[in-house]
Amino acid sequence: MGDFIQALVAKYNYWIYITLMMIGLYAMIAKNNLIKKIVGMNIFQTAIILFYVSIGVKKGGTLPIIEHGHGAHSHVVHAVDYINPLPHVLMLTAIVVSVATLGVALALGIRIYNRYHTLEEDEILSQIREK
Amino acid sequence: MKITGLIIAVLTGALLIYATADFPAWGDPASPASTHVSPRYIEKTIEETAVPNMVTSVLADYRGYDTMFETTVIFSAGVACFLLLRIFRREEPEERLYRHVLTGVTIHVKKGGKLPPSDDFERIDTEWTPHDLIIKTMCRLLIPFIQLFALYVIAHGHHSPGGGFQGGVMLGASVIVLAMSQDLRTAVRRLREKVDALLCATGVFIYAGTGALCLLLGADFLNYRALAPLLNVDPIMARSHGIFIVEIGVGIAVMATMIWIYSNVSSSGKYDEGL
Repeated sequence: MGDFIQALVAKYNYWIYITLMMIGLYAMIAKNNLIKKIVGMNIFQTAIILFYVSIGVKKGGTLPIIEHGHGAHSHVVHAVDYINPLPHVLMLTAIVVSVATLGVALALGIRIYNRYHTLEEDEILSQIREK
Repeated sequence: MKITGLIIAVLTGALLIYATADFPAWGDPASPASTHVSPRYIEKTIEETAVPNMVTSVLADYRGYDTMFETTVIFSAGVACFLLLRIFRREEPEERLYRHVLTGVTIHVKKGGKLPPSDDFERIDTEWTPHDLIIKTMCRLLIPFIQLFALYVIAHGHHSPGGGFQGGVMLGASVIVLAMSQDLRTAVRRLREKVDALLCATGVFIYAGTGALCLLLGADFLNYRALAPLLNVDPIMARSHGIFIVEIGVGIAVMATMIWIYSNVSSSGKYDEGL
């Protein structure tokens, strides 16, 4: 039991992201409405973004902008003093790309609605089978 | 389907939680992610690029290829929305609504009817459009400051949190706020669709063109050191300036794409009556 609590305290952030990610996955698989599937996809993306950002954290590190970086005098920079900038860079672009893909998903949704007059997956499938 | 989905989600979740046993603890400075490439970025950013904000230097310089193709992905998303939704065949709507600005009287113009002659009438959407004077005035007041701040965020990305992506999204949001507070026609009148699409391509072109210019000047693709003779600075400052040029390109591309996607999705490609 003690081990379990220790593991929970050390890793609870990952567990939260996994829970969020599985909520998104469940919505994508089980929900019938296409818009709800898109919402699920976005929850999934958010979980990934949170996961990456938490990888970048270092205890005792500050934000990744060099202090007194502007000026002629140079001083030695230690990697331990700054958090890892790489996950932030990757997620910075991923957030904007996720907005763009959300736009494409909604556009596809609009097209599907215009054609089948419904966003329910089973009704669309039965309409396709009838043809 | 619900049961299958639940089983899959729970099983995958359980597997992933089991895998967290091997993950490094939260905030561990010795974790693999923090010990391989990132120390070099942190320690050399000032020395090599003269940019204190290492997120910016990694984004546009060390991982320039990655960002270039992310910008291309955003551009493609904008084009995809356009190709999926845009309807060019202009269909006369069943009836149009015009409101007399001074008295608030709304007149219905049936298909083929004559439009009201004077400028006192404004076109409104067939959905209920209230007199939203407070919202319109507040947005008119706020939009210039939003845009100014967005330009600051793009320009100051070297020294503070910011850069092309964030500033571009803010610039796009300022136009989207205009479209939401007034209507889509007002926003499109300010920024024509063709101009928007051209800006979208221009942003990507600036980014890829900077890379190609480095290639022409005899260095690797996106190696901004080669720009030093053109910009008349030493190679390290050239990298800093190169990052700035690229960030401007990203900002333009992101702004234009956000507006493009919004106007296509909100009006289902008709560009007539939007949200």
